[in-house]
Amino acid sequence: MALRFGILLVVRFCSTPWQLLASGMLGAALCGVTIAWAVPAQRGGAKTVQATANSAPSPSSGPSGSQQASGNLAAQAPRTGLNVVVLDPAHGGTDPGARGTEGITESDEVLQFAFATKKALEAQGFQVILTREGNDDPSFDDRSARANAQRGAVFITMHIASTGLTGTARVYVEPDAPAPSNIPGLIPWDRAQTPFLSLSRKLGDLVQQELSKRFKGSPDTLQTAPVRQLRTTAAPAIAVEISSVSVKERAELDRMVPGVADAIARGLVDFRPTYVVPNNPFSGGGAQP
Amino acid sequence: MNPKWTVWLGGALLAAVIAAAIYLPALRRQVNKAKDLTEKTAEQARRELLPVAPVSTGDPMVKVNMFWGSRGQEGELVPVTVELPLSRDPVLRAKQVLNTLLAGPVDAESRTLPPDAALLAFYILPDGTGIADFSDEIRTSIPSGIQSEQLAVESITRTLEANVPQVLRLKILIHGQEADTLAGHVDLTQLFRVNARDAAGTQLDNPSPPGSLLPAPIRKAVDTMRKATKRK
Repeated sequence: MALRFGILLVVRFCSTPWQLLASGMLGAALCGVTIAWAVPAQRGGAKTVQATANSAPSPSSGPSGSQQASGNLAAQAPRTGLNVVVLDPAHGGTDPGARGTEGITESDEVLQFAFATKKALEAQGFQVILTREGNDDPSFDDRSARANAQRGAVFITMHIASTGLTGTARVYVEPDAPAPSNIPGLIPWDRAQTPFLSLSRKLGDLVQQELSKRFKGSPDTLQTAPVRQLRTTAAPAIAVEISSVSVKERAELDRMVPGVADAIARGLVDFRPTYVVPNNPFSGGGAQP
Repeated sequence: MNPKWTVWLGGALLAAVIAAAIYLPALRRQVNKAKDLTEKTAEQARRELLPVAPVSTGDPMVKVNMFWGSRGQEGELVPVTVELPLSRDPVLRAKQVLNTLLAGPVDAESRTLPPDAALLAFYILPDGTGIADFSDEIRTSIPSGIQSEQLAVESITRTLEANVPQVLRLKILIHGQEADTLAGHVDLTQLFRVNARDAAGTQLDNPSPPGSLLPAPIRKAVDTMRKATKRK
């Protein structure tokens, strides 16, 4: 804008045709340089999304198959341990999730579990990020992006089912999938979880053990399921599902809150020493034996 | 007005109020009953309009295994043997077993799929990929949760595995469209492995267009179905 204004000023004060021609050429050259600088930057932004330690990818632009979440996030950067826990209370906004007795909705109830878990984790020295704190509904990709933007993060999505044995809790991880063969060092956004599966299983096992100690009837081992929220998360990621919104009274669910929060915090404390951010996630490294 | 008439008028009004108080709840019940009846009729009409998999009377009765929920074990599937005049054609066969699965077990608690959901179409691509297109009710009427959604998908894939060996992997569509999730949890953008013979699994080598996890031939079939649905 300033350039254009400047050119107009030059034109106004031109006295000869040569000056007019010269100022026109100068303006055209400046426009050319500006366009040449801007176009490659736009193209680069559409193709890849770099999920680096300090910059979040832009999921709002709709991560397509061609978009990439950075895999070897700064291979030269020093290895760090577990720093951040991203807690994801599922659903929200116009999506209430499971609906049960006494007007219980999954989206409301799961927030109570998330707040209590945040408190328990902070008491253990973890930095905690919530994907939502009110009745809003970020997209799957926006939620994943909160974890993908961090270095040394884990992601826990929290759900309350409408079925299942009341008073139990289960941990889910993504099923095995072969590593995508795309650009070396970059992970396709759609398969961001793949390189972190072994770490996710390790984390899931530890949390499930703690949950089964506290909630009788819960499985001893973790389950696998293709949970949509986990697929695009480039960090160790688990889903915790509590049963259920179909309790006779809300107090039954409320009684589970401290136990679930403590089990997750304990599981993460046990997981912390074994977690090393992989320099190259495709190498399968990360968890120490 | 004569005070006598006032008393009579007041009495009549009081009687009318009492009669209304008695009659209104009964009227409300009748209206609700009529509403349910209308909804059922609409559902029946919709089902009648759907193409039903033709059952050949010439086909012999075969024992088939349907996978429904276990009553004893939470979150588990159990095979239940039923007899069906099963077609030799794999597409018709798949439609028959999936319609039986949707019709549900005798015991409603063992249901894995909502009773009002319907199979709109089923195709098998030359590479062994089955495409099952269900009505919206499979998403709107299913109990929400990872466990229930996972159980629904597994009951479909295991029933197909047991009865239609030609289907190696499955793509689930909802009303002709590719859906992100079944009911907010289980990922429907992927292909589900049906048969152990599918060595390639869900990761096929065919190139996918940007923004899709589907290999090109399957994407093409999905697009064709989408266009067909729009035309309807």
